[in-house]
Amino acid sequence: MMKQVLRHPLVERLRSILFGSRAEHGILFKGMLYALLITIGFVYIQPLLFMFVNSIKSPDDLLNPMVQWVPTQLYLGNYEKAYRVLAYPDTLLSSILMSVMPSVLQTAVASVVGYGLARYRFLGKRLIFVLLLATFLIPPQNTVIPQMLTYRNLGLLGDPLALIIPAIFGQGFRSAIFILIFYQSFSSYPRVLEESARLDGATDLRIFFIALPSAIPAFIVSFIFSTVWYWNETFLTVIFLEGGVTTLPMQLSRFTQAYENLYPPGTVNIFDRLNEAVKMSGTFLNILPLLVMYFVLQHWFVESVEMTGITGE
Amino acid sequence: MTTSNPTIRRAVPVRREISLRMREALHGYAFILIWVVGFALFAAIPLYETFQYSLNQVSVTTGSIELSFVEWANYSRAILTDPNFIELLIGYTIETLVSVPIVLIFAMVVAMLLNFDFKFKGLFRVIFFLPIVITSGPVIKELTAQGAASAPGIADVPAVIDFLEQLPRALRSPTEYLLTSFVLILWFSGVQILIYLSSLQKVDQSIYEAAAIDGASGWATFWKITLPSLSTATVLNAVYTIVTLSHFSENKVIQYIYAQTYDIQGGIGYASAMAFIYLAVMILLLGIVYFFLSHWARRGSR
Repeated sequence: MMKQVLRHPLVERLRSILFGSRAEHGILFKGMLYALLITIGFVYIQPLLFMFVNSIKSPDDLLNPMVQWVPTQLYLGNYEKAYRVLAYPDTLLSSILMSVMPSVLQTAVASVVGYGLARYRFLGKRLIFVLLLATFLIPPQNTVIPQMLTYRNLGLLGDPLALIIPAIFGQGFRSAIFILIFYQSFSSYPRVLEESARLDGATDLRIFFIALPSAIPAFIVSFIFSTVWYWNETFLTVIFLEGGVTTLPMQLSRFTQAYENLYPPGTVNIFDRLNEAVKMSGTFLNILPLLVMYFVLQHWFVESVEMTGITGE
Repeated sequence: MTTSNPTIRRAVPVRREISLRMREALHGYAFILIWVVGFALFAAIPLYETFQYSLNQVSVTTGSIELSFVEWANYSRAILTDPNFIELLIGYTIETLVSVPIVLIFAMVVAMLLNFDFKFKGLFRVIFFLPIVITSGPVIKELTAQGAASAPGIADVPAVIDFLEQLPRALRSPTEYLLTSFVLILWFSGVQILIYLSSLQKVDQSIYEAAAIDGASGWATFWKITLPSLSTATVLNAVYTIVTLSHFSENKVIQYIYAQTYDIQGGIGYASAMAFIYLAVMILLLGIVYFFLSHWARRGSR
């Protein structure tokens, strides 16, 4: 009796809708999938949403315990203040320069080094890879002090060159990763093409330029990640650029101090004191350029690993 | 005459072979030369100098640096007398060992979810990779200060506080860390998700089909096929996670070392010694995690 009911076409149909069939996942499965995706997505979005909502709260809304997620009005005063405290146009420009310039150089050098490692056989290659790994592992504070003292002696402290010179020598921020990306990319370049170019009398340098277009995805991915990581890097920038150039994250890390210089606590009324809404506006202004870049270039982020094939075999 | 001719003929190609090899090697060296010079200038020499500082009392005057040799005094001071450093170091060790498995499991789950076919896949991918872009020191610091990074509201629930108080001391701080920084830990998984996802996409689909025909359940398929094929990516991700967490500018140990560099009581020599102890602990952690994971990977592939 029970078996007959279970075999009934309607029941089977219901079962395949719920639990899925060979061809398709069932509703239960899909429901769980979406539930998980939405939960995790919320965990990621929540801090950003929190930041944004708080950044547009007026001082009244901040004090009002009833106002949690929906402010009573769109208040842009916080952004005005944060914009001034961050000295936005200046810091934005130097942030862009201080992340784009080293990134371009770092990517270019990484492509040359990665090519050399991928296309030539020579003694000591293993050693080079070990040393590459070492540069990735060793924390900056183990090497930064002598560099800083040298820069100070050369009068380069606070100069953009302090950040650019290491990038030229393939020792920029996380250079090892980019060299490995190019290594992977050039390793898959067909040897036949290289040999036919050689037969046509091309020099090694010429062959390198012939092979370059095959690494365009690696160039784009390296440049994007390099820019983002330089932008977000504060340990090195604070040490090397302090006193000369101020980037957005640097200014954000001393936001309170900068705010009190602009709006001395004793002289302004209670509504103009530093509150979390202004801080959140500052944080949001800080990540806004990155968010814009991310949404414009998201395709490259999302598919970056597939395109460069870096999984480290 | 007739006997010497063949030997000459044979010798010529052999010599060319060697010179070709030499030529290839020289060209290879030319490509990586700039990196080797850079490694010496910006990694090896500074590392050696920092080690020298760590064995000395360093005083910086305008234009010159004075060293007075103190042997291992800076090291013994950091390990034996400094009450903060060891405590921070233990905190760092616990946090790292708690974070790594969470990041790995979380990244693996998200990558497997994203590997399914479903609607709005693009949107979810964009959301999940967002942390890659915005995880910087000052931003994280502001977010944690405003309480946006803790698991929403959980750490304040009285029952949870009671529960924490009943835990033995050794378990309390990891659990507390887990609750207050859960979101933060997840924010460090962006690149790891990317790496897992690309590994998953490389797995030959016919293996799954064969397993399905043999009647393997999804559960068995995961343990027998998916997990073993992710072992390389797991080792890579573990190393990446440890290094990122250890280099993060809001890391308390790094901040302490940085503060001590400019401190009258501390100084460059003392900070350098601590930097080397920190490096040793980090390598030890990497070694432990690497040992366990590669052991597991070898067993899985058998």
